[in-house]
Amino acid sequence: MGFFLETVFGGLMAGMLYALVALGFVLIFKASGVFNFSQGAMVLFAALAMARFAEWFPRWLGFESLLLANVLAMAAAAACLVVVAWLVERLALRGLVNQPAITLLMATLGISYFLDGAGQLLFGSATYKIDVGLPKDPLFVLEDTFPGGLLLNKEDLYAAVIAAALVALLSLFFQKTRTGRALRAVADDHQAAQSIGIPLSRIWVIVWSVGGLVALVAGIIWGSKLGVQYSISLVALKAFPVVILGGLTSVPGAIVGGLIIGVGEKLSEIYLGPRVGGGIENWFAYVLALGFLLVRPQGLFGDKIIDRV
Amino acid sequence: MFYRENGQFKASYRADLALFPIAQDRVAILALALVAFVAVPLLASDYTFRAVLIPFLVLSLAALGLNVLVGYCGQISLGTGAFMAVGAYAAYNLQVRIEGMPLLLSLIGGGLAATVCGVIFGLPSLRIRGLYLAVATLAAQFFIDWFTNRVPWVTNNSSSGSVSVGTLQLFGLPLETPAQRYLLCLSLVVVCGILTKNLVRGAIGREWMAMRDMDVAAAVIGIRPVHAKLSAFAVSSFIVGVAGALWGFVHLGAWEPAAFGIDKSFQLLFMIIIGGLGSIAGAFFGAAFIVLLPLLLNHVPHWLGLPLSTAAASHLEHMIFGALIVFFLIVEPHGLARLWSTARQKLRLWPFPH
Repeated sequence: MGFFLETVFGGLMAGMLYALVALGFVLIFKASGVFNFSQGAMVLFAALAMARFAEWFPRWLGFESLLLANVLAMAAAAACLVVVAWLVERLALRGLVNQPAITLLMATLGISYFLDGAGQLLFGSATYKIDVGLPKDPLFVLEDTFPGGLLLNKEDLYAAVIAAALVALLSLFFQKTRTGRALRAVADDHQAAQSIGIPLSRIWVIVWSVGGLVALVAGIIWGSKLGVQYSISLVALKAFPVVILGGLTSVPGAIVGGLIIGVGEKLSEIYLGPRVGGGIENWFAYVLALGFLLVRPQGLFGDKIIDRV
Repeated sequence: MFYRENGQFKASYRADLALFPIAQDRVAILALALVAFVAVPLLASDYTFRAVLIPFLVLSLAALGLNVLVGYCGQISLGTGAFMAVGAYAAYNLQVRIEGMPLLLSLIGGGLAATVCGVIFGLPSLRIRGLYLAVATLAAQFFIDWFTNRVPWVTNNSSSGSVSVGTLQLFGLPLETPAQRYLLCLSLVVVCGILTKNLVRGAIGREWMAMRDMDVAAAVIGIRPVHAKLSAFAVSSFIVGVAGALWGFVHLGAWEPAAFGIDKSFQLLFMIIIGGLGSIAGAFFGAAFIVLLPLLLNHVPHWLGLPLSTAAASHLEHMIFGALIVFFLIVEPHGLARLWSTARQKLRLWPFPH
């Protein structure tokens, strides 16, 4: 029982991280109708920028403090992502208004190639470390209930808390601020939003920037866990089943979907994996999502699809 | 002036149904076939065959198959690489396990295995649509990647997971030179191209297109969604499977599962979008673009005399590739095939204004 719970907790925390990446997809899809394949490349770009700036700033400015270096690097990386968002809107999205979804999807694939190349060209393509002071020691809880207690990874716990805080912050931003309302209006209906004077292009820059910042947070957390290298962009592939499971248009869906996938993946790997030869986590999430979709084609929380002729 | 159809009357049903109704087109296509079948094998170098012509032909075959599914039936698939893998591994197993199996039969067997897989993974398309379906087809990609990696039977228990094909024989003749291999690919591409063209302009092609344009309306006028969608998956996967088998047998010779990874799926989707969705010529244009562009980009720094490290050059190549894709999508979202047909319209009058 203890082991089972440990697995579930591990899954929940991994799921929180998937949800974080998935959130970037959902935000951008809601506001601009673009299924953003480049989210993974954005995570890589952000993590690379963060890692290298944290390395470069102390050298350039001649100080030692790790905290200052991290704060400066985070600001610089965020600035980079805002520039990327602006360029994407200016150079790519603006020219592709009213194109079918598949064309937009391909365009983001092009963007993702570009960002992969640009990030590694600017910041180098070796493996880098991000050290933002997340504790790495294990934590034992509930030692009275179970013999030996439950082993939790403190780093995962912090990451899950950060992710949850970010989600709460984003919901506040969407519900309470003027910009957030404008974003929701655009998500609802592009033309109607435009007709009441909401500038579409600025909204897109904002939402891609927010997507970029979410990617930065995801990049920092994944980067400090696994190190920053090319394979970090593959995290996005883990987030696809999460978004379609939760529904492309739903923020809570991304969270719940992430948790379901996280737990499902861990449990399947432990209990089902050994029987079929292991390594099934790569596709299990997809098959799980597929199973859900067969029952609810629009995902758990997605907008209902209504067919009209 | 040279491309006018004035005076060419269609006097019979046969003439009306011809593949190339305009005489100039027939001449051009015959000339092209003559060049491809006779002149190229005589003139091209071994390097051109290996690096350009064979990959181009095999990938355009795969793109042709994918175009049936995405361009004509409107079902987005990101699992093409997996169906290529199924074709390749099935053909390999037929070749290895059955003594004296003819090459053509194992290629077709690979195609049939891919068809079965395609229909199974096409079943969700009856419920799921659009982007949801696109992501769902990734399930096929990852599952088959895993399957070919983890099930030793598939690779004939090879310890490294990679498989290699011995000498190829066609009707008792060994296929040794690149030119012979090229001719095999070319013949298969021509046969599949003509068959596909006839399928898409027949009743079943019209069903696919109706499904693509609006599936509910199509169902209302009596087109069976199950039949239309699954037949598109079947035909598409068959062609993709044959292309996969060719890719493994003729182009690579020896391969490991990574050869049919998700990158291949994206690459093929790029081809048909840049080439033109829902057009036979588009598959060829797109394949040419995607095969030639990296070769070209490889040489550009060299020509300009820029001293670039290999890593930097490959990153730069990625960037230019991505930027060009976005550029092409903005300039001509309907693909190179549309540019081609616009050019033909212009040619009918050129050089006169009316």
